[in-house]
Amino acid sequence: MATLTFPQDDRYNAFITMLDKAETGPGKLSGIGIAIKDNISTRGIQTTCASRILEGYLPPYDAHVVKLVKKAGSGIVGKTNMDEFGMGTTTENSAFGPTKNPADTSRVPGGSSGGSAAAVASGMVRMALGTDTGGSIRCPAAFCGIVGHKPTYGRVSRYGLIAYANSLEQIGPMARTVSDISLLMEVLTGYDPSDSTSVNCPYAHIPDPDIRGLKIGVPEEYFGEGVNPRVASVVWDGISLLERKGADIITCRMPSMAYALAAYYVTCTSEASSNLARFDGVRYGPPADTRQTWHESFQERRRDGFGTEVKRRIMLGTFALSSGYYGKYYAKAQAARQQVRNDFLRLFREVDVIAGPTMPTVAFRIGEKTDPLSMYLSDILTVPANLAGIPAISVPCGTSEGLPVGLQIMGPHFRDERVIDVAYAFEQGVSR
Amino acid sequence: MVSEKDVAHIAELADIGIEKEELAEFTGRFNEILDYFDILDQVEQATRGGTDLVNIFRDDIVEDSLPADEVLANTREKEDGFFRAPRVM
Repeated sequence: MATLTFPQDDRYNAFITMLDKAETGPGKLSGIGIAIKDNISTRGIQTTCASRILEGYLPPYDAHVVKLVKKAGSGIVGKTNMDEFGMGTTTENSAFGPTKNPADTSRVPGGSSGGSAAAVASGMVRMALGTDTGGSIRCPAAFCGIVGHKPTYGRVSRYGLIAYANSLEQIGPMARTVSDISLLMEVLTGYDPSDSTSVNCPYAHIPDPDIRGLKIGVPEEYFGEGVNPRVASVVWDGISLLERKGADIITCRMPSMAYALAAYYVTCTSEASSNLARFDGVRYGPPADTRQTWHESFQERRRDGFGTEVKRRIMLGTFALSSGYYGKYYAKAQAARQQVRNDFLRLFREVDVIAGPTMPTVAFRIGEKTDPLSMYLSDILTVPANLAGIPAISVPCGTSEGLPVGLQIMGPHFRDERVIDVAYAFEQGVSR
Repeated sequence: MVSEKDVAHIAELADIGIEKEELAEFTGRFNEILDYFDILDQVEQATRGGTDLVNIFRDDIVEDSLPADEVLANTREKEDGFFRAPRVM
């Protein structure tokens, strides 16, 4: 056992709660301090999801992944800032102030795992856990210039992750190197009977940079008109590097991309409207007024406790599931989701992985995006992987206007190892 | 297109208090987003096929659960081992 101590200077506002020391033990993560996104339950450590409605909440149990990282010898540094309940692309929707991007402190770090990304990018921690529902690990990884992986749905237990959209979200690793991502995947994966969607598929793999003969598909839709031309150019340079390392680049088409974003936002808001119904001040968080009636009390508690974007998404989901509208929105979204899944299955019969930009732009300025719909549109390149449940990684591949750009690699279900290999090949190729 | 009255009704269903002053802005944003969702009208309804999914149940054996005092630890509104909640009537 050794005691790790952590400097308390949090100039980027990456943390909501910071510990001043932690015990580490033997294991794969021995001596390594780790930051945990604040929607992952940590016994006895405040867990807020960056929301006032959970302020002061001390979970009575550890999430499965927290048990795993502790067992592997890691010390928990603290709980990182995020968009409230995971709803956002910039970490500006936090009740505890925005996190600043270490690459440029006038800019957002991305979201919703912005705190975890900033903690890693700035060197405060070597590794962090994030969660990815529609890009929330990959976006901040791209904007901050680090590596972030969204595992295949089911490979990492969601037990203890405070749910936003349970059919879409996964906990995943964030670090500065692909090797550290791989190491964390060894710790995080594996069957957990407490998660009914958990799959028995542990990860035990040393990244292999040999990609000769690998077929990389590049969908036209990933370089469409919404993508900033300079970002597109930097990412193409990255894909060309993979070609020089022996891969074949094959352009392809993904027609379901036209519906992917709408399918994502209908699905996640619908699931959120159900998942966030539990926040009423009765069991956790600032208490509801028990002298009032049920509805009066809950309406007031939720009016005061939730931020604007959370209210908006709960209401969108309530509407999409309501009688008379269910067929038009939710049912159609599931049909579109199946089309996205089928497009990937079709493409993966011809290619081994798919590559493209992680985000259509570099990091926005803090306060720049005020219109919710234009914020949603920036998720267009990341949501397909969540809809389909496939693994997807973002690895830094250069800069545009001095700001980091991420290269995204996606693979077939349960081929996280292959996706990580390609990211590793790229990372090794860049450093040569 | 939804009206402010519709948005107020949705907020009631979701038990979220929306102030009158916020209603206009909320409704405007709501409609912009719903307009975007209209693209789903073009999607063909999926046919229900078979599935190879199986239900996951465990045996009906009593296992340890959280001790009651830990479950109640996050609120001061408790009485005799129960959560105290707002009035139903």
